[in-house]
Amino acid sequence: MKYLMLVCTDPSYTPGQEEGAPDVVDWLEEMNGKGVRLMGHRTRPASDATTVRVRNHQVLLTDGPWAETKDQIAGFDVLDCADLDEAIEVAAKHPMAWAGMIELRPFWPEEY
Amino acid sequence: MTSAVPDRIAGIYADGWSRIVATMIRFTGGDWDLAEECAQDAFAQALQKWPASGIPDQPLAWLTTAARHRAIDRIRRASTEAAKLREVAAMDLEPPYPDDSEIPDERLELMFTCCHPALSLEAQVALTLRSLAGMSTAEIARAFLLPERTLGQRLFRAKQRIANAGIPFRVPPAHLLPDRLPALLHVLYLLFNEGYGDAQKVRLCQEAIRLARVLTALMPDEPEAHGLLALMLLHDARRPARTDAAGDLVTLDEQDRSRWDQARITEGAEICERALRRRRAGPFQLQAAIAACHATAPVADQTDWPQIVGLFTELARIAPSAVVELNRAVAIGMADGPEAALPLVDAIAETGQLKDYYLLHATRADLLRRAGRGVEAADSYRAALELAPTDAERRFLRNRLQPH
Repeated sequence: MKYLMLVCTDPSYTPGQEEGAPDVVDWLEEMNGKGVRLMGHRTRPASDATTVRVRNHQVLLTDGPWAETKDQIAGFDVLDCADLDEAIEVAAKHPMAWAGMIELRPFWPEEY
Repeated sequence: MTSAVPDRIAGIYADGWSRIVATMIRFTGGDWDLAEECAQDAFAQALQKWPASGIPDQPLAWLTTAARHRAIDRIRRASTEAAKLREVAAMDLEPPYPDDSEIPDERLELMFTCCHPALSLEAQVALTLRSLAGMSTAEIARAFLLPERTLGQRLFRAKQRIANAGIPFRVPPAHLLPDRLPALLHVLYLLFNEGYGDAQKVRLCQEAIRLARVLTALMPDEPEAHGLLALMLLHDARRPARTDAAGDLVTLDEQDRSRWDQARITEGAEICERALRRRRAGPFQLQAAIAACHATAPVADQTDWPQIVGLFTELARIAPSAVVELNRAVAIGMADGPEAALPLVDAIAETGQLKDYYLLHATRADLLRRAGRGVEAADSYRAALELAPTDAERRFLRNRLQPH
């Protein structure tokens, strides 16, 4: 199964609890090596986002994210895992699971 | 032919439902709804046919075969896709089970999937009662005082989530078990506790015990599973004496011990002892050992309080919590007198963690009363009274506040 792994910051996180957290380079190496991570990247903050909408055939652009939320998404990865258990293990090994949070979104199956 | 057949079918249902559901989940490739529907249909057929034909020699094999036919039928009718139809044709070729003992027992897979931590706790509980205990949606709704529709939706969403999120149907591998087994035990204990406080919900206690028995049979080397079973048996043994004729709570020391179920106590104590001999003590084993100390004391005065203090000290070490500390203080109060326990209770109160927990105040009140400090005791009783959650508990506290 494929999962979108959204790597997010956690506004309620108090620093100092990440001792022993894994290194992101090790994580990338391990997950790329296993073929579990198909792709991914860090993303620039919400202040650099552009929101696109088409209304009445007109392209409307907004400077910034679509909602007035705190900047949360810091990056993403696409995982290909056997099941949710494997995806949880992969996510839990990512340093941002320790200092932020990670959301796993299953893909719709291909035939849809 | 005989009126005993429906009774025997009920017995086969109690033991066989979860096995057939589990087998059918595997057979349908994870379609929980279809699996349940087919299992239900198989039992409906049995109720119709068996009274005339007699109960087959291999009832589980009969039921599973009937459920499989139904599933193949349903998929065939619902599908127009060539690939799906080829799949169904292959399913049809699988030989029927000749013998009950040849049906793979996948109840453990079912238990771990129902209690997967990616499901909400309420979904875990509902799924466990439906798929494992075989309770109907209406029965579960009644047990939780919820509208049947709400519960039906909860079950529907939980099954959807298992499929959509990719929750696997399996026993977790060894490295995940230390997380997953406690989660499973927690759900069973939650079921038990939900039923323990309320005479209307006894069924939940019975199902929790029954499922714990299945679990210990399937995982004989997990001492905590045995610990949980022992704990529930020991609590359940005292049920008949927990309330008086008026429905009021009777404290442990005032319960009529002749009304305790001695067979259950013996069984629970033995299971607990065997589990502890494996030297991998866990929270459930220790709680069961404490319950056994109470249950095996012939009269309240002969309770082995120093032993209970030792068990709570160990429990506080491996599973620290303010509630455990409070219980440890109560035991110390019994072993060494109220003056020894009061500073411990005050220290817990100072942390503020249990300030809304009525038993903190009730415990303090009881210790003060026994220490002869009546005025302070009355203040604590009043604090407890304001926080007590049920009528029975409030009546008990009021009686203590105004001694006759």
